[in-house]
Amino acid sequence: MRKLFVFWVVLAAGALIAGCGGRGAVVDESEVEIEEIEGVAGADADAGASASGIGGDDATDGQSLDDAGAAGGSGGGGDDDLLNQRVIYFDYDSSILPAESEAVVQAHARYLQGAAGVQIILEGHADERGTREYNLALAEDRAKSVADMMQALGVGAGRIQTVSYGEERPVALGHDDSAWGLNRRVEFLYQ
Amino acid sequence: MTRSRRLQNALAGAAALLCLSTPASAVLTIEVTKGVEAAIPIAVVPFGLEGIGAATANLPAAVIEADLSRSGKFEPLSRGDLPSLPHDLREVQYKEWRLVKAEALVVGRVVNVGNGRYEIRFQLIDVFREKQLAGQKFVVPESRLRKIAHRISDIIYQALIGKPGAFETRIAFVTVRDADAPKPNLLQVADSDGYGAQTILESSHPILSPAWSPDGSQLAYVSFENKRSIVYVQNIRSGEREPVADHAGINSAPAWSPDGRRLALTLSKDGNSEIYIYDLASRDLRRLTRNTAIDTEPAWSPDGGTIAFTSNRPGTPQIYRIAASGGNAQRVTIRAGKYNAAAAYSHDGKSIALITNQGNGFRVGLYSAQDRTVSELTQTSQDESPTFAPNGEMIMYATQSGGRHVLAAVSPDGRVRQTIKLENGVVREPAWSPFNHQP
Repeated sequence: MRKLFVFWVVLAAGALIAGCGGRGAVVDESEVEIEEIEGVAGADADAGASASGIGGDDATDGQSLDDAGAAGGSGGGGDDDLLNQRVIYFDYDSSILPAESEAVVQAHARYLQGAAGVQIILEGHADERGTREYNLALAEDRAKSVADMMQALGVGAGRIQTVSYGEERPVALGHDDSAWGLNRRVEFLYQ
Repeated sequence: MTRSRRLQNALAGAAALLCLSTPASAVLTIEVTKGVEAAIPIAVVPFGLEGIGAATANLPAAVIEADLSRSGKFEPLSRGDLPSLPHDLREVQYKEWRLVKAEALVVGRVVNVGNGRYEIRFQLIDVFREKQLAGQKFVVPESRLRKIAHRISDIIYQALIGKPGAFETRIAFVTVRDADAPKPNLLQVADSDGYGAQTILESSHPILSPAWSPDGSQLAYVSFENKRSIVYVQNIRSGEREPVADHAGINSAPAWSPDGRRLALTLSKDGNSEIYIYDLASRDLRRLTRNTAIDTEPAWSPDGGTIAFTSNRPGTPQIYRIAASGGNAQRVTIRAGKYNAAAAYSHDGKSIALITNQGNGFRVGLYSAQDRTVSELTQTSQDESPTFAPNGEMIMYATQSGGRHVLAAVSPDGRVRQTIKLENGVVREPAWSPFNHQP
């Protein structure tokens, strides 16, 4: 036997900001304390960040790696196609680099070895399932799996950066297997 | 304060900004679904009013009634069933209240005492013993009427349930507005019923894991505003804040020690995600876990002696615990499903709220230290971020309902459930404040 109560509480905008005019004196007969949330912070610090935006994805997608073939010439024929793959995908709750993606990582590693001064950011992501903090750690492990392989292939650690966004930046907004599969990824962002 | 020199991110004029950035929330809906057995029938009589508009005068009784109903422990009589409208103990005819089966009665008055202040008095009356159980008088500005109403609810809860109420508390949460907004990510603080949200941080980048200091004056949280995760601590009154963990790799999952002196954190600066303890005064950083697996989501036991955390050492995420002083970690959740994470200790340390997946999706669960079992408390499949009310009577969490991201709460026995729907976008990452404090 269940019962449903619904309360509608209309929030007047005026009431929301009523406390902002400063701290009024309170006649206190029964330990009434004054408690104001007076602060907002981060606007300045954040302004810089938002000014530059998180344009990394777009910038990278549009960036040409036309010289990649030449630079990675030692790697042989298929590198152009492989280098055009800037995202690799992972299994659920796994940071193990899938075997089918190894060739992509190898191609990018060859390119990096032949392109002095180029830096790469490996950006790890997770799907929405599970807790946000666990997914932040999981997505970092994914980025590090790729970094570890690149280093094993001879790319200097100083040229690889990893960053994790956990489940905070999905590319597919659905709530099904296909969306989740697209979101469990590491993106390759060249600098 | 010894660390004030470090508050380089402090902002002037914060109060003015706050007013501008307060979102125009339109409607807050609280739906309560509850098992009705054992709920106490109570009559909250509309308060009498003197020199005051009915809308203002009706606020306290309406808030009290909503609080009590929301708890699931009370069943307020509907207005139409009230046999009379007394405002004082002396006006109560006990017989007529026994006839409508009210066990308790709340009466009171709101009086305009001038200078924008109001006197609120209330009395809680035991209908069967024909005596007053509690009664108080407050004088507050109009902006404090809701706060005092919540306090009265707390007094009623204590008197009739025998436990402190947690209505006069707050929740911090993350709101994500329309993605077209220049700074869609908000860290907000509202009353425990979701009313009166105020924004304390706006960002174009994600915000995660708000955590209250034990005195309720500060929030630690994770911000991606520098395009990586950094942990900040912000004074919610002044708006002053500073980064407390800005190492290479992830800086995340802040959790205050019960004494407020330390933060447990997840950092990956030494390889992969590990639990560290950061001393806020000395800035000493001590590593607690050493493992190639993920270790994250630290949660302090109420006595400060133990830290529960999430680790995927066994292959899938499970809850472990370790002495806050260090040592070996022990697995807590065993044979309790493939996925157990995001531990939050109850106020008495005897149980742990968590997110569990036992084949039915991600649900709020409760680990009982006595039974060593995990029981599912909800029937949804995308639950996140469980957080206990400071009296342990409810667990708030984020979930999805009808395609919307909402905050919800459930009692530890799973029988009382409520949903808080805020109309201004996605809400998630709730953190329930400690008990009300002196500023």
